Amino acid sequence: MAVTDIQASQPFLSRLLRPRPVIALLLLMWLPLMAYVMFGKTIGNNAQMVLLPAIPATLILYILGIRAFRESWVAVIGLTLVFFWLLMAVSAPYLPLLDPNKPIAPFTTPFTERKDVFFWLGTDFKGRDMLSRMIWGCQRVLVWGVTATLVAYVVGALFGLISGYLSGWWDEIISFAANVLLSFPVMVLFIVILNYLGPSGFNIVVAVTFASAPAIMRIVRGLALDIKTRDYVFAAQTRGEHPLYIMIFELLPNVRGPIIVDACLRLGYTTVAITTLTFLGLGLQPPDPDWGLMIRESAKTAMLWKFSYMLLVPALSVSSLILGFNLMADGLREMSLRD
Amino acid sequence: MLKLVLRRLVQMVLIMAVSSLLLFAIFDTPEFKKRLAVQELGGFAVSALTEDSYQDWLAARGLDVPFYQRYANWVGNILTGDFGFSFEKNRPVAPLLADRLANTGILAFFVFALMIPISLVLGVLAGMKEGSLQDRSISFISVFTTSIPEIASAILLTIVFALGLGWLPVKSAMIGGFDFRELVLPVLTLVIYDFGYVARMTRASMAEVMTSQYIRTAILKGIPYRRVVMKHALRNALIAPFTLIVLQLNWLLSGVVVVEVFFEYDGFGKLLLEAALFPDVEVVQACTLVAVAVAVVSQIISDIGYTFLNPRIRFA
Repeated sequence: MAVTDIQASQPFLSRLLRPRPVIALLLLMWLPLMAYVMFGKTIGNNAQMVLLPAIPATLILYILGIRAFRESWVAVIGLTLVFFWLLMAVSAPYLPLLDPNKPIAPFTTPFTERKDVFFWLGTDFKGRDMLSRMIWGCQRVLVWGVTATLVAYVVGALFGLISGYLSGWWDEIISFAANVLLSFPVMVLFIVILNYLGPSGFNIVVAVTFASAPAIMRIVRGLALDIKTRDYVFAAQTRGEHPLYIMIFELLPNVRGPIIVDACLRLGYTTVAITTLTFLGLGLQPPDPDWGLMIRESAKTAMLWKFSYMLLVPALSVSSLILGFNLMADGLREMSLRD
Repeated sequence: MLKLVLRRLVQMVLIMAVSSLLLFAIFDTPEFKKRLAVQELGGFAVSALTEDSYQDWLAARGLDVPFYQRYANWVGNILTGDFGFSFEKNRPVAPLLADRLANTGILAFFVFALMIPISLVLGVLAGMKEGSLQDRSISFISVFTTSIPEIASAILLTIVFALGLGWLPVKSAMIGGFDFRELVLPVLTLVIYDFGYVARMTRASMAEVMTSQYIRTAILKGIPYRRVVMKHALRNALIAPFTLIVLQLNWLLSGVVVVEVFFEYDGFGKLLLEAALFPDVEVVQACTLVAVAVAVVSQIISDIGYTFLNPRIRFA
């Protein structure tokens, strides 16, 4: 075979555009939710219309997920918990709920009727319905949590691939920068960054990126170091592919497995971080409902046995979401070890 | 061995230098200084803040000197034990920080005293028989407890033991002097979140050792199972968890913030958060620098400890 017969692989675009139904569904679920939460105010009154396609997409994804994970009941439980909250997030505007920001009857205990309204989970110190606040509260934490993790992954994986594949000075510099960032305790780093930037959702993304990307970079770097000596990488180098092409299309798909497990765990950490930061007053801001805010407001006003439901509801909600992420990670790891 | 220690020490000094420079630079940008000036000159100074009054403020705070000069000054002061002055608390930072660190030290001592035995025992029990019911239930418990964030477990514990049963006080502000009962809930919260991770790592390490050949030989020689575990397996299985436990110190410094704020315990984390919200820059810088120092030192101890404990590296 003549050398000229070796074909350069497919161009970038056609590889990226290969149809992948699961990714299309994920985008269909994710983009409306993101648009609704981040830009809902600018879209205007009919903002909830954008969520319409997300509801069936979420349901289909859940069914597909269960079929994919059926070997491991741990993963199925995790998936169910996560998708329960996702479904709540995308369908919150369509559920028959009271307005989460409207004060009705303060300090109503759960399962009581006041002012002709039955409160399943009672109301908080301002008289806002706890049930609707709980359901609406998952939107912001899910959107910002996933966005922050995603951005941290893009940045971390990019630097990890560069330092693992190119080695040399790149590796020295990037690894040292990662070491410096990793030597800050996470919460201290969050506080310093958010103190400097000011509290908001976008700034949480920045802070999480600074805190998580070094750890992700280390993982990806280790995997890349291992993979770059494989034959298919040499083949690509011989074909004369650009290093960027090799990193993205040869290395990245092959480090996917361990990364997905780690991503599930990291989603859990990010959720914890956002809730905790919001509780500390450095994260998401009122008045829109959020679990961390619910805890923050109730911890000041309702430290009594009678009103402990105000703290219990958000605490259990956030725990269940994080448990979902962790169980999913556990099940995925179990399944990846099996094959 | 000596070479490794020296290399790590050089690395530590480098990391401390870079992070202190970063920390100093981030609070030295014009925007941040302006924000600080607006806040210190009062709320209605927002419109009144002219270029002149801003320059006056800079001069009054000694901020008009060039950056590198102030940085050198700052580092020199810290090396001689002067951490600056807290504008919020109106006292020098060094004794304030020492007080708070001592309080957090008490908390950390009890956390470690409880967490180490619990996590090691559970991890060894789980790793001893991989895949058994014992292993599965312990693994499930550790996933479950690490899934509950500190803020949630703090709430649950408060509701049950303080609000419901009334056995323990709700807050741990230690107003009436040191009270051991006020320490119980913060310590439990941190232990519950933390022990699962160490237990899982211990389990993994133990499970690996139990499949090794020398353990098989020991079992085949007819040594009683209990003796195999206690004398042969444990020594090797506990090397990895040791380094991990030292590294937990770094983790504890971030976990301690939310617990101290929730229980109003006067420790390092609460000081840092109050300073950050104020914002009391010199306290934030001092706290962060101390946290980084603790993290870096614990990292070195864990590295050196690992090489020291592992005979394969020690004698190589």
